[in-house]
Amino acid sequence: MILGLANTWVAIVLMMIGLYIVIAQGNLIKKIIGLTLFQTSVFIFYISMGKVAGGSAPILAQGITEYSNPLPHALILTAIVVGISTTALALSLVVRIKETYGSIEEEEIQAQDES
Amino acid sequence: MINFVLLALLLIVAVGIMRLQDLFAVTMLLSIYGLMSATFFVAMDAVDVAFTEASVGAGISTLLLLVVISFTGRAERKTRHKPYVALFVVTVIGMLLLYGTSDMPYFGSSDAPIHNHVAPRYINDSMREIGVPNIVTSVLASYRAFDTFGEVVVIFTAGIAVLGLLSVSSKALSNSQPLNRPRGLYQQHIVIRIVAKILLPFIFLFALYVQFHGDFGPGGGFQAGVIFAAAFILYAMTFGLDAATAVVKPAVIELIAAVGVLLYGSVGIATLLSGGNFFDYDYLLADPIAGQHLGILLIELGVGLTVTCVMVMICFGFSLRRKAHEQKAVMNISERGPK
Repeated sequence: MILGLANTWVAIVLMMIGLYIVIAQGNLIKKIIGLTLFQTSVFIFYISMGKVAGGSAPILAQGITEYSNPLPHALILTAIVVGISTTALALSLVVRIKETYGSIEEEEIQAQDES
Repeated sequence: MINFVLLALLLIVAVGIMRLQDLFAVTMLLSIYGLMSATFFVAMDAVDVAFTEASVGAGISTLLLLVVISFTGRAERKTRHKPYVALFVVTVIGMLLLYGTSDMPYFGSSDAPIHNHVAPRYINDSMREIGVPNIVTSVLASYRAFDTFGEVVVIFTAGIAVLGLLSVSSKALSNSQPLNRPRGLYQQHIVIRIVAKILLPFIFLFALYVQFHGDFGPGGGFQAGVIFAAAFILYAMTFGLDAATAVVKPAVIELIAAVGVLLYGSVGIATLLSGGNFFDYDYLLADPIAGQHLGILLIELGVGLTVTCVMVMICFGFSLRRKAHEQKAVMNISERGPK
């Protein structure tokens, strides 16, 4: 089964795209969006790990013997809501930076700090 | 097979997000990305997670980003320097991670370590120990209630921090004269207003269903909280911030957010006082299963209250700050006056 690890590989590529945006792009909102991509790739990784071939959603019902792993679901479920709260915190910092510096571009902010 | 198609689409959208310069387009793409990852989670049997991701990734986060972009402008400046170093770092880390996957268990294999540790106990014994069909709810609200408590506190803290960074004095808002600018969505588009008015009761009802049916099907406090907040924010967007703050005052929302965390914590204290461990609901009532049901109901209610109120609080924080700015801009113009 050559594609057995494909989900993990895609999660890694998505994670690297997110990391690249965080490092290379100067716009602060774009950086936060990059962090969101990074975060989602971890969710995809965890949820892929929890899947059992032939399994069903982890809600007990008669006639179903095999269930996917409920533990990653419980972990990621809360992580998503925590993620949006922390993203909101980052965005409010961006708003304050815009008010103080008049810009959200990293280079312009640094230029103002140095002058 | 469907998961490969979805993953390919996710990759395409991610590359689009990376390359586009227009932040508005990027936000829309991020919303699509959220919806597609929710679809992927359904394909992976994670219905509860998909529920949350659909309402957070495609709903609330898009709204927040749009409000912030209306503050900061949608155009991203092109960076001058070439990102070779970043490319190098990302490639090296990616290669190392790919190398690390070589001894990972294959996708879907039932003998992977993750499926042989605590998961069998959850799947086989949770009906006897907790008595709730949805195993994710059992794990979230009972077996790992302590973790979830920590996460609710994190959400609450983030809400407080946003409030601290963005709050404007109510004096600054009320002292200025009424605005005389072209009004927003809520005065122009009558179709949107009427459709929103028809939909809102059903969305609220659905949120309540998700809240209280979480023991039996997909759902629970986190999902219901986000849906409830999305409905309330929809109301604020279509009918204006003044109408929304007239329904519930921001101070009341802040109070309810704290009450939710308090309710969650008090259930833990109650279990301690009745002789059990922290969040061991068996001791709440004489019948352990009834105790579990009561405990899960109460803490899901606490989660729902806190999540709803923190999300509404964050959105109000951004919108009120924007309103104060606009009023300040109007005041500055009128102070300079026509010469």
